[in-house]
Amino acid sequence: MNSQNEMSLTFESRSSGESFARSAVASFITYLDPTVSEINDIKTAVSEAVTNCVVHAYRDTIGKIYLNVKIFDQNMVEIKIRDKGCGMENIKQAMEPLYTTAPEDERSGLGFTLMQSFTDSVKVRSKIGKGTTVILKKRLSPRV
Amino acid sequence: MKYDFKNNVLTVYLSGEIDHHGARKIREETDSLIQQNKPVLLNMDFSDVGFSDSSGIGLIMGRYRLMSLYGGKTKVINIPERLRYVMNLSGLSSLHITDK
Repeated sequence: MNSQNEMSLTFESRSSGESFARSAVASFITYLDPTVSEINDIKTAVSEAVTNCVVHAYRDTIGKIYLNVKIFDQNMVEIKIRDKGCGMENIKQAMEPLYTTAPEDERSGLGFTLMQSFTDSVKVRSKIGKGTTVILKKRLSPRV
Repeated sequence: MKYDFKNNVLTVYLSGEIDHHGARKIREETDSLIQQNKPVLLNMDFSDVGFSDSSGIGLIMGRYRLMSLYGGKTKVINIPERLRYVMNLSGLSSLHITDK
C-alpha cells in the first residue's frame, strides 16, 4: 500500500529530543485535522517510544534515533521509531506493565502499556546489539 | 517551579509538559523542598500540566516513596481530565492519593 504522505527525521538520543519528536509528529499530522485527544494520544505514544531509545537503547551513550511517519488512506497514521542501540532480549517481558530495568531513574515501567492504550497497534522488533524498531499505528476518526 | 509551604503542608505547582527530560529538574527541586521543610503533607498540583507521559507517574511514585520515608502523606490534586486516564492506568488509584 502506498502512503499519501511521509516524513523522516534523524536526531540524537538526548533527552531534549523527546519533546522535539512528539511535537514534530503532532505538527506533521495537523493537516489531517485530528482531535485534541488524538493529538495527545499520539504525542504520549511517541514520547514513550523515544524515551525508551534515550533511557534504554543508548543508555549512557548517544546514538541516532530514526523517526518515520507515513499517512495512508482513511487517516491511518503509521509511526516508526528505530534505534541502533542495545536491543532487547525479551520483548514480551519488556512490554509487561510495570516491568522496568531502570527503576533508579524512576521509570514507571508503563511505556509500552501507554503506547498500547493510546494507539490501535504496537509492533516491536528487536535484536540484541543491533537495535529496536517500534511501529505505532493509529487511525484518526473521519472528519466531516 | 512555584510552591508554597504553610501549616506543614508543601504544595508544588507543576506546569507545562512533563516528560523524562523535564522530570529530573522537578524531582530535584521537589526533593530538596521536602528535605528542607519535612512537610506532613505534599500536594502535587497538576492544574497547569498540559502534557504528561509515564514520567509523570514515575515522578509521583518517587515523591510518594520519599514522603513515606519521612512519615508524610502525598496527594495529587487538580488532575486535568486527559491525564486522569494515565493515572488510573498506572494503578495510582490503589494508593488513594489522587483527588476524586
